Amino acid sequence: MSIIIDSDTKLAVSGLTGREGSFHGLRNRDYGTDLVAGVTPGKGGQDVDGVPVFDSIAEAVSERGANTSMIFVPARFAGAAIEEAIDAGVETVIAITEGIPVHDMLPTYWKARERGVRLIGPNCPGVLSPGKANVGIIPAQFFDRGSIGVVSKSGTLTYQIGNELKQAGLGNSTIVGIGGDPIVGSDFIDVLELFENDLETELIVMVGEIGGDAEERAADHIAESVTKPVVGYIAGFTAPPGKQMGHAGAIISGSSGTAEAKKDALEARGVRVGTSPSEAAAIAAEIAGS
Amino acid sequence: MDLLEYQGKQLFARSGVAVPEGGAAADVDAAVAVAERIGYPCVIKAQVQIGGRGKAGGIKVAKDSDEARAHAGSIIGMDIRGPRGEGPFKVHEVWVEVASEIDAEYYASVILDRSAKKPLLMLSRMGGMNVEEIAETDPDALVRLHVMPSAGLSIDDARRLAVDAQIDEDVVEAVAETMVKLYGAFGANDATLIEVNPLIVTTARDVVALDAKVTIDGSALFRHEQLAEAVDDDPDQDPQERMAKERGLTYVALDGDIGILGNGAGLCMSTLDVVANAGGRPANFLDAGGGSKAEAIVDALEVITSNARVKAVLFNIFGGITRCDEVAKGIIEAFERVEIEVPLVVRLDGTNSEEGLGLLAEAGLPNLSVEKTMLGAAEAVVELAAGRA
Repeated sequence: MSIIIDSDTKLAVSGLTGREGSFHGLRNRDYGTDLVAGVTPGKGGQDVDGVPVFDSIAEAVSERGANTSMIFVPARFAGAAIEEAIDAGVETVIAITEGIPVHDMLPTYWKARERGVRLIGPNCPGVLSPGKANVGIIPAQFFDRGSIGVVSKSGTLTYQIGNELKQAGLGNSTIVGIGGDPIVGSDFIDVLELFENDLETELIVMVGEIGGDAEERAADHIAESVTKPVVGYIAGFTAPPGKQMGHAGAIISGSSGTAEAKKDALEARGVRVGTSPSEAAAIAAEIAGS
Repeated sequence: MDLLEYQGKQLFARSGVAVPEGGAAADVDAAVAVAERIGYPCVIKAQVQIGGRGKAGGIKVAKDSDEARAHAGSIIGMDIRGPRGEGPFKVHEVWVEVASEIDAEYYASVILDRSAKKPLLMLSRMGGMNVEEIAETDPDALVRLHVMPSAGLSIDDARRLAVDAQIDEDVVEAVAETMVKLYGAFGANDATLIEVNPLIVTTARDVVALDAKVTIDGSALFRHEQLAEAVDDDPDQDPQERMAKERGLTYVALDGDIGILGNGAGLCMSTLDVVANAGGRPANFLDAGGGSKAEAIVDALEVITSNARVKAVLFNIFGGITRCDEVAKGIIEAFERVEIEVPLVVRLDGTNSEEGLGLLAEAGLPNLSVEKTMLGAAEAVVELAAGRA
């Protein structure tokens, strides 16, 4: 098992005809992901390296059986593209696009919830289930198949930790980038629940950063409902208040959203938190080895 | 993107929310001209992005044109520090408005509640103090209402909110209408925060926004040209931040002496933390992005080293989509194009790291050292910066 994506994933990429969309979509196919369609309005009937392109995601679902949608369209059109995918009846939408206005995401978030569609992102690197499927921009070479689930707000930080786990001989069930925006489709809690119920996952690494209180709420959830060991890492201890640190959601507002508060909340619930990515990986390796 | 008070008030006025009559001025003569137009007494308010202006001497009442001239002269050009020592912020502009006669001061806000994934309205009859204080001294006095984005805010909901907040009966309707307009302005302007503190009731029993704190979602500025221009005009923007923005790089100025470049926001934040843990003080956050090409690296190095405080620079790259050989090429090219006088510590790991390290070794750049790990690189750069103190 793994979570969110696996060998049954049939992927349609919105924006496959774009430069980034085709680069990453075809990389995902090379990895073994079943890429069944591309979607670009007005380009139906074309193909991208043999992958048929449709005008709408609904056609990709009816003609090719797509059950997962990846969104690679420019930010100002991405909210509508996500809603179109939800309407078309896919099970999962993974939105890579960065810079979607938060007021576009509010109704989109609720639509996904109401329809029971799992939305990952936006502003995320995607999801990788090693050996099964890769949807997004995560470089698969740093991750082996194994029993550690990773859930993270950050891409490169995840690659760093994954690579250190790999060098320690450890692998992953699934790596989930939930994204760095203020409003994301799935929070830590949603993904922790999936890992808790996933037979292949034995240990969870959770990588957070400043802004919001998703980590604090996850800490409560871990104490109440997660039986598997969780290792944490939080970035942004030196971030000044009121400054957006790269990600739209990475901002300390007044005194809330600090790295200290997140680390303290996790540690108070028994989660060991590394002071560096390497230390977090080392703690995970220690628990996995014992 | 935070708006200045007067930019917020202009936004309110466009949304039908009552604000005192006034005008913005960048010099003393212009301020006096506004005062003469609107009449006395008037209030002269420093326009800076920080609370506590009144205590700092940035808000003054003028009874006549002599006072208006004197106050505008003392406020324009002054430095204001925030209540927690933030700043200083230099006053480039004042807002001159009709002095209001105040009967009651309320608190009203609409914020984006990230946890609930909904806009949150807050209303209190105890205005004037900050919202944390209200929540502490009298939690029941702060009434909250989450709004489902698809449903919007009805006048009935707003009226109930005003009644729950024990707003004076005769102005419940006017306050409710104001809340509906503020909620409308929140959505229409892509705001993530609108705070009116105080929202006053005048002696004539009119409901007026006496202050305005507005934050606009930076990702939505493409559909708000007017607001985008206001933000671009900020004369206090850090020179490196401005330079980075022009080159499409994400840069945040910090107050230390170690220049930092990382790829990816998370890794970059983590690099700052690791450098701080090693005893160093980062001068900046710079995310060169997910797919950093050589050109972006040249730009980044130019921006970082243009800060005279920087004594040493750390490049922390974990190549995923970013290829380390591209980064190495960028570094080599930057050394050709820019005079780099400070030592540079480079850690390259991930995609094509061996090729990248090979290129750097071949180039034999002066003042450049390579470290294998993030921790090792942090320690090395801290030592170099300390040696040049």
